[in-house]
Amino acid sequence: MILVVLDHDGNRLRKGSLEALARAYRLQEALGGEVAGVLIGEGLGGVAEEARRYVDLLYTVEAGPYTAERWAKAVLEAAKKGAKAVVAPSSRQSRTYLGRVAFALGAGLLEDTLESWAEGGEVYATRYAYLNRVTQKVKAALPVVLTVKPNTTPPAEPKGEGRVEALPLPPVETVEVLEKIQEEKKGVSLAEADVVVTGGRGMGSAEAFKAIEELAALLGGAVGATRAVVDAGWRPYGEQVGQTGKTVQPTLYIALGVSGAVQHLAGMNKSKYIVAVNKDPEAPIFKHADYGIVGDVHQVLPALIQAVKKLKD
Amino acid sequence: MKFIAVIRQVPDGESRLKVQGGRVDLSGATLILDQMDEYAVEEALRLKEKHGGEAVVVGFGPERVEEAIRTALAMGMDRGVHVVHEGYADPVAVAEALAPVLREEAPTLVLTGGQQADWDSQALGGALAEALGVPVVAWTTALELEGETARAKHDLDEGAEWVRVRLPAVFTTQQGLNEPRYPTLPGIMKAKKKEIRKVAAQVSPKVALLEETIQEKARLGKILDGKDPVAAAEELVRLLHEEAKVI
Ligand SMILES: Cc1cc2nc3c(=O)[nH]c(=O)nc-3n(C[C@H](O)[C@H](O)[C@H](O)COP(=O)(O)OP(=O)(O)OC[C@H]3O[C@@H](n4cnc5c(N)ncnc54)[C@H](O)[C@@H]3O)c2cc1C
Repeated sequence: MILVVLDHDGNRLRKGSLEALARAYRLQEALGGEVAGVLIGEGLGGVAEEARRYVDLLYTVEAGPYTAERWAKAVLEAAKKGAKAVVAPSSRQSRTYLGRVAFALGAGLLEDTLESWAEGGEVYATRYAYLNRVTQKVKAALPVVLTVKPNTTPPAEPKGEGRVEALPLPPVETVEVLEKIQEEKKGVSLAEADVVVTGGRGMGSAEAFKAIEELAALLGGAVGATRAVVDAGWRPYGEQVGQTGKTVQPTLYIALGVSGAVQHLAGMNKSKYIVAVNKDPEAPIFKHADYGIVGDVHQVLPALIQAVKKLKD
Repeated sequence: MKFIAVIRQVPDGESRLKVQGGRVDLSGATLILDQMDEYAVEEALRLKEKHGGEAVVVGFGPERVEEAIRTALAMGMDRGVHVVHEGYADPVAVAEALAPVLREEAPTLVLTGGQQADWDSQALGGALAEALGVPVVAWTTALELEGETARAKHDLDEGAEWVRVRLPAVFTTQQGLNEPRYPTLPGIMKAKKKEIRKVAAQVSPKVALLEETIQEKARLGKILDGKDPVAAAEELVRLLHEEAKVI
């Protein structure tokens, strides 16, 4: 059995789950057996109806709010039914609780994989390392746990009506959640945006980001920020791109007043096209740019907005 | 009380990486204490300063990792344990190798980096917690001790939350947790005399590293002069529209 951890928002499966399913079916070609899903959370009825269409067998585990311990236990309960491989969408949370799962199973853990396939009873994968600068090819014997990097795999299609089986969650020592702090969400989500317009400390102020919002909206994109900007309190942490922020891989990444520190590059260096505006011709970001303008962002950005508007008319 | 920081040594992100025979060759790179692990060292020091006890640094990896352990000792950690292992080891294997050492030390809590700057792995904290049979709090941005428990704030995929957790527990770090201090000259002098206990790692690898390649995407590098901002902006938009076809 190949077990897929299906991530969802309480109502619907997330896109990453369909990508993880597609990877599971690829492994099944070589490893055989059924593809099972496991849904973990609270009030799973609705999303279970959607999820069962993608799998032979769906396990549901009513586990309450997320903690790494509960999610790990739930996955282990399902994996105990005979999983050779556990596949999940890659996220901060999955990369934490699957560390527990992999240890408990004595399994090889392949994190944030770009591609994966099975051959001769072993699972192979490619993944980035060294702050996204190096591609590694790795392999692990069964059982294996692997997470799927978002937007690397065409999503799976529904295939029928899988059986549904509820599994109990055994008691587990965990953390007590005291208070949730929701992130304000507006516009296109950063991780999925096809265009990202990021401002760095060179923007000079929080107000200057109004123009970035305008350009992002014109291009149907999302706003990003560097750590310097987040530390200054100009933008929320949820917009930070980089090693300790989000990883993005849009078609077009526009960096305005961004120096191009390695920890920032780690979050965006796989973008298809990178555009930089910086007043310093020696700024490292230019070495990583396809197009750029050496100039003052306060003059260039309004001109860019005008030029895009003109193009759209 | 005993506060443990688990650290690794990694190449400085600014270092040029090269590949030799399908492997990243670090011979020319500057090697440093992983900056995410620096947060762990700093937090262990702050907890010790506030609550007393001992701050211990545990390092995993080849002989050269001793330099990173010395850095942590120079920052103020009391003593070090070096679990020596040559070559690649995946996070599950590392957790297995560290578990007996950590169990023997019986710490109040364990801290380690949220993401490794070499393997880009985020799993060590979770794997260590499983190895020790304790809870894990990942991407921690605030941490306070309250008797037998800790109150911590940490990042989730969306938003953040405050949790209370019974100790011992494992915490992984995130930016914002603290500002790591620099080693001082007296700190560096003292570090030379501090104990580093060497332990040979028992490692059973779960993942084999087959090949590494550097694929820095070749960039076009078409950089325009912005002295005339309007002309430069119009040319850039033309290139993005006609050449790159992205807008
Ligand atoms: C462990 C760790 C993790 C980190 N994680 C991240 C992360 O996730 N994301 C991240 O971004 N950083 C991260 N950093 C921080 C990173 O090292 C840099 O400090 C940060 O990216 C710098 O942000 P910046 O480019 O906005 O600011 P600066 O480095 O200050 O650069 C500002 C740039 O703007 C230019 N400029 C100034 N005025 C103008 C103007 N009027 N017009 C045009 N250009 C102008 C300057 O020439 C300069 O190049 C991390 C650091 C550490 C140690």
